[in-house]
Amino acid sequence: MPLLDRMRTPLARLDREQRPGRVRGGRERRWRVSSHTDERGRPPTSLVVALVLACAALMALDYHGGTGSPVEPARRAMGEVFGPVEVGTTAVIRPFVAVPDWFQTHDSMRSDIDHLEAENARLLQQVHTAGYDRNKLAEYEGLTAAADSLGYALVPARVVGLGPSQSFSRTVTIDAGSKAGLQPDMTVVNNDGLVGRVLRVTRTTATVLLILDADSVVGARIGNDMKVGFLRGRGVLGRDGRLDLELVDQSVVPARDDVVVTWGSDSGAPYVSGIPIGRVTSVFSSLRETSQRAVIQPYVDFGALDVVGVVVPSGTTSDRAVIEADGSLR
Amino acid sequence: MSALRAFVAMVAVALALVLQVSVFPHFAWDGIVPNLCLLVVVGAALTRGAQFAMVLGFAAGLLLDLAPPADHVAGRWALALVVVGYVAGRVRQDVTPTATGVVATVAASSFVGTSLFALSGVILRDPTIAFTELLQVIVVAVLWDILLTPFVLPVVMTMFRRLEPDRAAV
Repeated sequence: MPLLDRMRTPLARLDREQRPGRVRGGRERRWRVSSHTDERGRPPTSLVVALVLACAALMALDYHGGTGSPVEPARRAMGEVFGPVEVGTTAVIRPFVAVPDWFQTHDSMRSDIDHLEAENARLLQQVHTAGYDRNKLAEYEGLTAAADSLGYALVPARVVGLGPSQSFSRTVTIDAGSKAGLQPDMTVVNNDGLVGRVLRVTRTTATVLLILDADSVVGARIGNDMKVGFLRGRGVLGRDGRLDLELVDQSVVPARDDVVVTWGSDSGAPYVSGIPIGRVTSVFSSLRETSQRAVIQPYVDFGALDVVGVVVPSGTTSDRAVIEADGSLR
Repeated sequence: MSALRAFVAMVAVALALVLQVSVFPHFAWDGIVPNLCLLVVVGAALTRGAQFAMVLGFAAGLLLDLAPPADHVAGRWALALVVVGYVAGRVRQDVTPTATGVVATVAASSFVGTSLFALSGVILRDPTIAFTELLQVIVVAVLWDILLTPFVLPVVMTMFRRLEPDRAAV
């Protein structure tokens, strides 16, 4: 409150100085009377109490509800409304976001176009460094290759919304939903590795929990010696976007640059097995916890997430082309 | 007029939400984007007072809590923005605030709002985030909001002032 008073004093003084020349004063007084606020602009106590209690009640409902939370239908309804809007907005601004890339590589793109048609397969290797459209093609191609090596079908989708860091949870919206054959607890990958899992779906969109989220736990395996452990996110995006791996077997010391892949579960939910996640960058041993903790650098660049694939059972009916296990489009 | 005002306010908040979720991530710094919904609530508070701003803050917070890709405990942003509406509304005292006043209000509101959200997360143990990380996010969020103030607040405040019933009557 003292802070507010301090801020108010200069404003009030200013008002006194300006008051003679102002016509708005009378109007504002009338407005204040009509809105049932008292002389100092204080809102009615009942309203304050009601709103704060409403927030508290909502938090309590959602917090103790877990997955069967009564708030969940409201979330879905909101997703049905805002999902298509987010998809539309992203479609509109996507070309503008790509403009800087396009200018940077415009010359090389023009010179490559003839070759591109003739030697598409060879050029796909170079495409990562080229312009936006070719990047997109490479990502689809990478997904196809991923489906081939994983033995699952993939539904391609694009990221249309990112949760703000201020919310401290790492979630994104993708533009494929139940119409595309998606269900909660499906694995999401891109051509670099594991992205996350589907939390909830609407008809046209799905919310994906990234493995970076502090609530995300992934069963992981070290590729070299098949030892298992649990990967936890740190809730940080950006440069420090790392994961912590805690191994079940305390005696194992992972080596630097060891590859970490998913461990997977019986039904392939929430994570299918054998998907590359990242590599070990450093290992800490904690005497107090008597465990080894390895830091994993994920393969996926979460700052530039765009095209992703959702792992679906082979033969799923979808509203778009599904990349089958043999790499063919269906 | 009141129904129209409520409708326009909700459209403004919805627009702010979509921009915040789908457009600004392309310019984000470590995923931290300007909190446009908060700016709309502050604008409402500076022109219409605390009562209207608190109700609008509650509605805007609900949108932030429920619209995809949100996944935190619902009600956390609602509580934060109700308090923001109260704080910013109490600053307004029969005056059209100066530019400095508006920026100071936005900075204070942004700090209070983001901190309250983080604090409710700590209490509910929603995510477990390190304190330094919390602080960094709060500081960058405040800077973002101040940066966007000259572009957003004049538009929002003019809009709410135009919708003032007394002015329409005169």
